[in-house]
Amino acid sequence: MSENLNNGIEVEGLVRDFKGGVRAVDGIDLRVAPGEIYGFLGPNGAGKSTTSLVLTTLLPPTAGSARVAGLDVVRNGPEVRRVIGASLQDSALDPFLTGSEHMRLQSSLHGLARPQREARGRELLAQVGLTEAADRKVGGYSGGMKRRLDLALALVHRPRLLFLDEPTTGLDPQSRAALWDEVRRLAGDGVTVFLTTQYLEEADALADRVGIIDHGRIVAEGTPAELKAAIGRPSVEAVPHDPGERERLAAVLARFGEAAAAASNGVAVQLPRGAGDLAEIVRAIDAENLQVADLRLHSPTLDDVFLAKTGRSLEGAGGPGPPGPAGGEDDDKDKRPTGQPISA
Amino acid sequence: MSPALITQVGALAQRSVLKTLRQPFQMFPIVFFPAILLIINASGLHAATLLPGFPTHSYVSFAIAVAFIQGAMFSLINTGTNLAEDIETGFFNRLALTPLRRVALIGGLLVGVAALGALQSVVYILLGIVVGAHLDAGFAGALVVIVLGSLTALAFSTFGCVAALRTGSSEAVQGLFPLFFVFIFLSSSNLPRSLLKTPWFHTVATWNPISYLIEGFRSLYIFGWDETALLRGFGVAIGLLLLGLLAVQGAMKTRLQRT
Repeated sequence: MSENLNNGIEVEGLVRDFKGGVRAVDGIDLRVAPGEIYGFLGPNGAGKSTTSLVLTTLLPPTAGSARVAGLDVVRNGPEVRRVIGASLQDSALDPFLTGSEHMRLQSSLHGLARPQREARGRELLAQVGLTEAADRKVGGYSGGMKRRLDLALALVHRPRLLFLDEPTTGLDPQSRAALWDEVRRLAGDGVTVFLTTQYLEEADALADRVGIIDHGRIVAEGTPAELKAAIGRPSVEAVPHDPGERERLAAVLARFGEAAAAASNGVAVQLPRGAGDLAEIVRAIDAENLQVADLRLHSPTLDDVFLAKTGRSLEGAGGPGPPGPAGGEDDDKDKRPTGQPISA
Repeated sequence: MSPALITQVGALAQRSVLKTLRQPFQMFPIVFFPAILLIINASGLHAATLLPGFPTHSYVSFAIAVAFIQGAMFSLINTGTNLAEDIETGFFNRLALTPLRRVALIGGLLVGVAALGALQSVVYILLGIVVGAHLDAGFAGALVVIVLGSLTALAFSTFGCVAALRTGSSEAVQGLFPLFFVFIFLSSSNLPRSLLKTPWFHTVATWNPISYLIEGFRSLYIFGWDETALLRGFGVAIGLLLLGLLAVQGAMKTRLQRT
């Protein structure tokens, strides 16, 4: 494969300073393989969007280099723009144009021949489920519809790389799930996806690999499983039905691992052999005739990774939650570590 | 001009026109504000036609010229506001992410402005007919009025673009309206310069380029074909356009940093 057919991203020592000496991106290195979904995770103001702007050629870097699809983002800006699609922060749409008019405008600007414009527009609007709304002004679209149109517009010219900046911010769980499915489908078709997000679950669910950025620097990188495994084992937390039984419950759990932080009325231990001990723990509690009000298995999350690397929790960690009927609607629940209730 | 550039400019011009026509709150003042001012001035200042040296007996024919300038002022504000909103919403970045050439980005917007400028000129000509203004230069003169109206709207709009590109704020652009409007009142909008007897006002009106634009339109209405007034009118419009385009180019370099 020639260099120009490479669909990946290579970044070395990338720096971007703004007026007033603010360094938004502070020497990051990263590589995204062709066809990979790379989750770029970090809190607000960490440098995610600035990195996206540099990689999409909208902002020149102060120092360092970046190659997108084998093309230098500084020297080959127009060529880079021809092979990438981008859906940047917020749905950048004209409320006074219809969905179809947006598609026509975008395909005209990308140089599609006139006969192809209508067909491509119809195809993409159908793909994102907007056929019926195609002739309605975008001002009347819901947030989810705007995001889907935004994605369709980014795909007009069949890009080899797709940059998605906070694609599901403000979306309801159903719209989020639909968008995630579409991103997976695109990646399945060989499109490289650079996904910027502040939502842990989004990165966890979608990304093949994750880079965590904080204060303009990448503090951790790897597959979600690798990152979580690197910071520790799962823990189990139990809350006795009778608060007076707390010490006895602690003694039972101590057989399975070292004590870990728990809620004031509960007991927790880290499981050195992983979640496989869970059944044995339940049997041991039962054998001691202990009644528990709650028993939860805590798996390490990307927030735990962020906490371990930076000493603080990731802003917006609760964010959208996983898609589906059970996820994303209970913000308080999602701000807790990921826990799976076992029994009560 | 390459076919690709023509397509890009055409697509953006079409979007610019559609966007404006679909915003009634932008169209309403363009038509009604000059019409109301014209009717008020024509009834209130009709006695001015009795002044020795006043060039016509019809104050409506004298004052209709100001409507074209007011329309161009609204073009300035609307174009600047629309562009600033594109910057605020990220639509500007969406356009910048396409292979669109820098010249097409503003070119498309301004071609749309020119088309709308021509359309609003037609509206003002019809308004003049309704309120009894006499266009001495006839049908050919009306065509020249449309061209000058379109050119003036285009020239003014470049300054709206500069304000939008420099500030990126639609509110800031709208805040400029009173500032620009003052230029109309400090010109020969209500009286011919020869009848402005207050020295400072006469001096300001003489240096104010708006006076020459107004006098260009006015000459077609009340004198027929006055080459000097027309040359000055077109000269000022073209001069302002070139100055505005130069300023747009500089502002665009700052705003659009794409590689």
